[in-house]
Parts: sequence; C-alpha cells; structure tokens
Amino acid sequence: MREKLETLAKPRPLLDRKGWAAFLAIGFVLIVLVPLLNMLPARGSLLHLSDYLIPLLGKYACYAILALSLDLVWGYAGILSLGHGAFFALGGYAMGMYLMRQIGTRGVYGHPELPDFMVFLNWKELPWYWAGFDSFPFAMLMVLLAPGILALVLGWFAFRSRVTGVYISIVTQAMTFALLLAFFRNDMGFGGNNGLTDFKDILGFPIQSQDTRLGLYVASVIALGLCFLLCRFVTQSKLGRVLLAVRDAESRVRFLGYSPTSAKLFAFVLSALLAGVAGALYVPQVGIINPGEFSPANSIEVAIWVAVGGRGTLYGAILGGVAINLVKTWLTGAAPELWLFVLGGLFIASTLLFPKGIVGLVGQFRAWRDEKKAFALSDKAAAEKGAE
Amino acid sequence: MQRFLPILLVVLMLALVAFVRPSAAQDLAATLSGLTDSDPKPAIAALTQSGDDKAKAALAALAAGNLYTRLSDGAVVIGETDGALIVVTNAATGEIEDMAKPEELQVIAVSDDVKSLLAGAVPAASSGPVDFTTALNGLKSDSFADKGKAIEALTDLGDVRAIAVFRALADGRLFLRKSDGLMVIGAPSGNDLALTSPLDGRALGAVSPGTLDPLFVNNNLRNVLREAVGRLGLSSADPAARQIAANALLDNATPEAVALLRDAYGRETVDGVKRIMALSLAAAEIAHPDKVKRLDAIAVLGAASDLRVRALLQARLNQEPDADVKAALVKAFDRMQTKITLYSYVENFVQGISLGSVLLLAAVGLAITFGVMGVINMAHGEMIMLGAYSAYVTQELFRALLPPGWIGAYLIVALPVAFLIAAAVGVVIERGVIRFLYGRPLETMLATWGVSLCLQQAVRSIFGATNKEVANPSWMTGAIDVAGGLSVTWNRVYIIIFCFLVLGLIALILKRTAFGLHMRAVTQNRQMAAVMGIPTARIDAMTFALGSGIAGMAGVALSQIGNVSPNLGTLYIVDSFLVVVFGGVGSLMGTLVGALTLGVVNKILEPVAGAVLGKVVVLVCIILFIQKRPRGLFAAKGRSADA
Repeated sequence: MREKLETLAKPRPLLDRKGWAAFLAIGFVLIVLVPLLNMLPARGSLLHLSDYLIPLLGKYACYAILALSLDLVWGYAGILSLGHGAFFALGGYAMGMYLMRQIGTRGVYGHPELPDFMVFLNWKELPWYWAGFDSFPFAMLMVLLAPGILALVLGWFAFRSRVTGVYISIVTQAMTFALLLAFFRNDMGFGGNNGLTDFKDILGFPIQSQDTRLGLYVASVIALGLCFLLCRFVTQSKLGRVLLAVRDAESRVRFLGYSPTSAKLFAFVLSALLAGVAGALYVPQVGIINPGEFSPANSIEVAIWVAVGGRGTLYGAILGGVAINLVKTWLTGAAPELWLFVLGGLFIASTLLFPKGIVGLVGQFRAWRDEKKAFALSDKAAAEKGAE
Repeated sequence: MQRFLPILLVVLMLALVAFVRPSAAQDLAATLSGLTDSDPKPAIAALTQSGDDKAKAALAALAAGNLYTRLSDGAVVIGETDGALIVVTNAATGEIEDMAKPEELQVIAVSDDVKSLLAGAVPAASSGPVDFTTALNGLKSDSFADKGKAIEALTDLGDVRAIAVFRALADGRLFLRKSDGLMVIGAPSGNDLALTSPLDGRALGAVSPGTLDPLFVNNNLRNVLREAVGRLGLSSADPAARQIAANALLDNATPEAVALLRDAYGRETVDGVKRIMALSLAAAEIAHPDKVKRLDAIAVLGAASDLRVRALLQARLNQEPDADVKAALVKAFDRMQTKITLYSYVENFVQGISLGSVLLLAAVGLAITFGVMGVINMAHGEMIMLGAYSAYVTQELFRALLPPGWIGAYLIVALPVAFLIAAAVGVVIERGVIRFLYGRPLETMLATWGVSLCLQQAVRSIFGATNKEVANPSWMTGAIDVAGGLSVTWNRVYIIIFCFLVLGLIALILKRTAFGLHMRAVTQNRQMAAVMGIPTARIDAMTFALGSGIAGMAGVALSQIGNVSPNLGTLYIVDSFLVVVFGGVGSLMGTLVGALTLGVVNKILEPVAGAVLGKVVVLVCIILFIQKRPRGLFAAKGRSADA
C-alpha cells in the first residue's frame, strides 16, 4: 500500500538477501536438525526430540500452509473466505480415499475392494466417484482438482456478479456449512459422521511407523517452503500489485482497465489448491478425516491465525498459524475451559489492539517510539523557545 | 490505551467467571472427553479408578460400542438404539437428554488392546415377579427386555391399578424419586408435577421435575403398553380412559380384546367414545370371513382420517380376494389418502410458518443492525442464547421465591428481562468493541465472533454444558384440534402471534418515533445524518441495543419449543444470516418474506429430500440466488446501496 513508486517499476526479487538467509536457516533447522534430533540422541537425553512431537510439528506445518493460503486471498486480494476449511477438508478427503483403498483386505470385514463402512452399509460395489483412488497419482490429482474446481465454480459465480465484502464471507461460510451437512450423510459414500480412518499404509510404508511419520513431516515442511515461495512469487509479480489494488479500491482498478474478476479468481483458486495440499498432508499424519473439518468454526479460526500473525505478509500467517496452534495444544490439555476465552479474546484483541498482527507489532512499536521522540523534540524546541 | 479499558475489563470478568464453578460433572466430562483422544488409556484408567457409577456406565457403554460423541457440542454421550433413533444419555450427568439421529453422533471406537482394558460390568438379570408390587419394581430395570417382562406380568395380573402406571410409562410420566427411589406417577400441575402413588393412588405432593428420574420405554414397548392399556382400560369408569383404551386397540387387538371391546361397546353411553369403539371394532372386523361384514367395516373405517386406519386398509388391500370388497377398499383408501395428504400439506405449511417466524425473530435484530451500521454481528446468536437463559433463570426464581400459583406468569416477566439483559450486553459489545471498528466490516465480523466464543464459554461455565429445560406455562401446553387428525400445538400458535406482534412493534418504532426516523436517516446516509445533527453514535448504540434485545426475546420464544443450551445460538445463526442475505439488508419486509419463505421451503423439502439434504438444497439455492441478486430480494435502492 505504502510502497514507494520506484519499486513499482523495477522487477522485484523473490526474497532479498536477508530473507533468503532466514528462509534457508529455518529450512535447515526444520528439515535437517529436527529429524536428526529425533533419530540420533538416545531416548531420555536432553537433546532428544520425543517421537510424538514429529507428527505434531507436521500438523503445524499443514496448518501453516492453510493459513498461508488464506493470507493470499485475504491479505492480498481482500477476500475474507470463511470457508477455507472446506478446501482443506476436500484435499484431506481425496487423500483419505486413497488411504482407504490402500487398506485392501486388512479391514475389519476383509473385503478386497470396499472400505469397511460400505460393507457395513450393505453396499455391493464401489461408487463411481471412488474409482481410480487406488492410484496415488490420480488421488494427488484429485487433491488439487476437487478444491480447485469448487473454488473455480464458486469464485466465478461470486466474483462475476461482484459479490464482495461480508457477502462473500457469508457465501463461503454457507458453502462449508452445506458441505458439512452433506458429508454427514451416510449415503454420500464418504463414511458419514465417522469419516475415513483406520489407515494402514501410504505408498507401501506403514503409516504408524516413526520413519513414515518423519517422512511425512519433512514432506509437509518442504511443501510449506514451496507454497511460501509460490505465494511470494505471485504477490511480488505484477499480478500481486493488481491484487493489492483490488483489495484497496476495486472499482478504481476496474476503471483503470484491469479485470478484478480474473485476478481475484486466480488468487482464490490458487489459494484453494494450497489449502487442498495442506489437507492432503494433514490426513495421513493425524490418521482421520471426518466431516467435522468442514465446520464453519474451523474456517473462522483460520482467519484468526492470519489476523494474529499479520495479514498481507505471508510469513506472518505462518507465524500465526503455528503460534496459535501451539497455544491451543497446550491450553486444551492444561485448561480446556480457558481455551475458548483465549481464542475469543484473541479475536477481539487482534482486531482492536494490534490490527497488523504480531508482525506489525514491531512497526507499531517503532511508530510509537518515533512519535514519542518527535513529541520530546517539539517539547524541547518549545521549551527553548520559551527560554528565549 | 485507555479506550480499550472497557474491553479488557469485560474479558477479564468473563475469564474470572470461568474459574468460579468447576463441578464434579464437569470434571467427569473432561475425563470422558479424554476417551476421544488418540490414546484413551489414561482416561480409561482415570474412569476405572473414580468408582463413580456414571464412569462405570460410560466404560460399559464404551466396551459395548454404545459410547458416542455428539457432533453438535462434542459432549460424550451414551446411546441406546430405539428404532431408527438413538436415545441419548449424557455420560457426565447420567441424564437422558434427547433422541438423536445416528448421523448426529459419532461412535467412540477403541482398538482391541484398549477393549481388553475394559473389564465390563454386566448388570445381573432380575428374577420373575409374583405380586403387583414386585411386578411394578421390575419396571425400574434399565433394560428394555426386563421392562417388557414386567409389563407382561402386570397385564397378566389383571390389576386395574396397572392402567395408570402403563399410561404414565408410555407418556414418560412414570418417575423414580431421586431422594428415595420410590416409583411415582406425575401429572403436570403448572410447572411442577403432582405425584401420586401407583399402589393406592395416594397424592404425594407436587415437586419440580428436576427431583425425579423418568423411566423410559422404546417404541416397541409403547406398542405393548398400548395393547395392555386397551385390555385393562375398557372396563374403567372414566370415559376418557375408555376412549384411550378403545383407541389403543385400533391396530393391535387380540381376539380376546375384541370380545371385551364388543361387550364394552354394548354398554357404552358416551357418543364420542362409542364412535371410537366402533372404529376399533370395524378395524378388528376388516378380516371377517363374511363379505357383508367386511364391507360394513370398510364403510365405517373410510370416514376416518387416521394414519393407522390407512395402514390397516392398505394391508387388507393386499390380501383381499373379493373384487367388490376390493373396490370399496380402494375407494375408501383413496378418499382417506386425499384427506391425509391435504392435512399433511396444511400441517407442513403451518410448521413452516412457525419455523419461519422463529427465524424471523432471530433474524430481524440482525437485519436492523446490519442495515443501520453495516455491521455483521456474529455474536447475535449468543444474544438469543442469553435470552433463553434469562427465561430459564426467571423460571427458577419464580419457583424459588413465589407461591406455586404464580409460576404461569414467569414467561410474561421473562420477556422484558430477556430484552433488557440482551440489550445491555449488546450495548457493552457496541461501546466496547464494535464502535472502534466502523468501516472495517470484516474485522467486525471476526471480533464479534470472538465475543460469541467468550459468551458461550461463560454461559457454559456458569450453567454447565448440559441442556436446561424451560417448562411451558400451562396456558401454552396442549393443542387445538382443527379437524380430525389435524392439530396445531398452542406454543407454535403463540410463537407465530408473538413474532408478528414484535414485527409490528418494530415497524411502529421505525415509522412513528423520532428514534426510528433517526435510524432510517443513518441507514440511508450516515454523513448527511450527522451533518443534520443526528447523534449517530448514540443511534448506533441504541440500534444495537434494540437488535440485541429482540434477539433476547427470540431466545425466550425458542426456550418454549426446545431445550436451552450454550450453543443454542449457533444453531440459528447461519439460518439467520441466510434470511438477512436472502431478504435484503436492512429491510423489514425482506426479512419477513425471507424468513417465512425459508421456513416453509425447509419444511416442505424435509419429507421429500430428508432433513439434511433439504437443508443443503436450500443453502445451495441461496448461494445461487445471491449470484443473481447480490443485495437480496428487497434491496435498498439508490446511491446508499453501493456504499
């Protein structure tokens, strides 16, 4: 918003030198150091990273990707989607369906083709939309296609008819609510309220083993890094400038001859794809996907990760997603009845007290200090003037 | 910093409240929720050690696969299947709460090694009863099979005292007194239950329902009970009891019961009872070997409009060998079919209107605040919830402080109380949070969502997570019989009337008062209104108070048709948003049309597509509708519309 004019003309680098250094350093710690600390030191030693932390960290990485995807549409294009949980869950369901098919005859009923819940419902054959999910590449394609197409259709309808602001929030919220209700139904063929669970292995590796978990964790972190760079690439490009302009003055952008519809649609679909990837990585690490992921409350929570971390900064979203989930993990264990107060308080505080999030706090502090300095200077000047 | 002080104070107060009332049930609830963790073993160990009966019951249910998580609020519940539905018992409190559909619950599954941990305690079966008192005690059993045996034993004894017991049991009015476990029959008397002894009909005083544990039956047992009541009740001196007995024998009469019925028919003097007896007799004779008798029976049955009679006719149609009789059957069946279909349309429509008026009450406050301030108040649902809890607290205060005769009036008092409480909380929210966020609608949405989370948790901490029951005052119970087989319950009627009264009142305020004029001015053009000297900030606060207050009154209305729980508001908030978006922002007419349309469409789709799918269809339609008319049905026109 406030960037100087000359930066507009020059092509802007993906990250500056400092940024690359930080990116690589954090990447090194997460991808190399963390697994090594888990594998090498003896159990019980101070340096040892306990086993249960690995999938937990992997989960945080998935949440961070989800936060990143929302920041792309909210922080840059000004679309506050309250239905991003739906894209996340759709990606998760696509992955879950692949994992279900991998169970094979090891299910409770031992049916070679049908998942347990279908045998239980007396279904005789696999519904057509389950076809192909035994192949990993196809499932990965669906991880992208399912949320992508939903976002494309919804976004095309919404942006074309210029649904903006709170209306788009409510529409997306209604969308995830509708999906929540739909996926609860047993005859949808997605496991009803129990969802998909009891997974055995992924790509032939047993899903419960520590090595697989490490692998999934590393994959999540790498995905997070790539998603970050991709978002960064988009926001640093000319398209990124248009998105920012759309956020701040949509009609003006339209009058200038740009098409806000296509810019917004691009960002929305890309963001849905990222959310789908996050969901797909999330499911094998937690071992279950159920319709609860579609609940509107989940999606609103994502908005608060982004708001607390700092909107329109990308790394702020990652920070917020990880930080709030850390607090959540700790509080829901230590004092569950407090968690909602804290979450509610965060919603209020982050909008009222630090609208630019944790990342913006530094700037807010600086501005406050400068202001104080300026006041002090002018007081001094006034005092000197008085003395004369 | 100073200006944020009020919010910090509110947050602090709410946080303090959270610590005040930890109770045993909450501790148990926390432990129980541990069962849903990926490793339930610590929770199981804790439950085994606690020695609490409820903990034991939960473990037994877990071992049997009957322990569920309720998806609406995450509570751990014990479920017992009853036909297509599941009877839900809250595992933490041991109270039976509700019937649930299977898709509303999620089984807590455990792995085999965990199952081995659960050394299940299996209740021992009771021995065969001999006399009335022992047979009666058999009903106390938790198992439906044991209850069935006890009912059979009581029927065989032929004791007329059993009639009252059976009817009470079928209606859920048979209780065990919590203090001493004595079995009593309850009859509603105001908001209390007047107790009588099942043994000698002695009055045992009136108590509040909370001190009693109801005994439950499933649909299967209800059928058995009906037949038993029929057999025992035909000889009663009370015409109402005879009517019930005759009605009960309509579709499941045994030959000996028919003989009894025929005797009773000969003796009967009351017209209404005689007619029902004739119907039941005709029902019994529909399979008579004599063709003429069959035709007579069909003529009698064809005049009725009862679902059970229709089922009888249909069943007979498949077996009937004679062509004449068959034709008569088809004719009678068709006539009844048209009547029943018509009634069901009318009934759906009335239900839709009543659902719509509830939605209207919930949404109209939202529409006002959205219209005037452009603010989406996500905490609006919690205002409804606060109103419902105000009704609950008023009721409890009336029970505790005033003589029992006054209890019927609590609802009248609850309305202004709920209005004031919700309005006060609304003003605090507006002054403390929202006024700092004008012009930033998205942030307002998030902040008010935060407020709603805090309010929900605060209420949960103060009143507990379980549902609270608000009783209908006696003048609201019962139903009006519009035509045979078509009846409308009074509480629905009152809610529809109340809702239109409120709407009229709002319209009056908007059109006829200075405050209304100012409000409309601010809606149309905030800056211009300010320039003309309208105190916009005060109007905002008052609008918010009005909107929240109406939501509070909606809560009182909702407390009359369902239970009161901390997440009551969330159930209605998405629908209220849709009403507002559908009807058009800030337009009373739009809200009215939107709410009634949604209510009726929801109810009409429900039988066709099923409750859940119907809702999905409505949601999808609205999403599509917004594409076409982004500003709703009754959009504000002119320059202000593009603000």
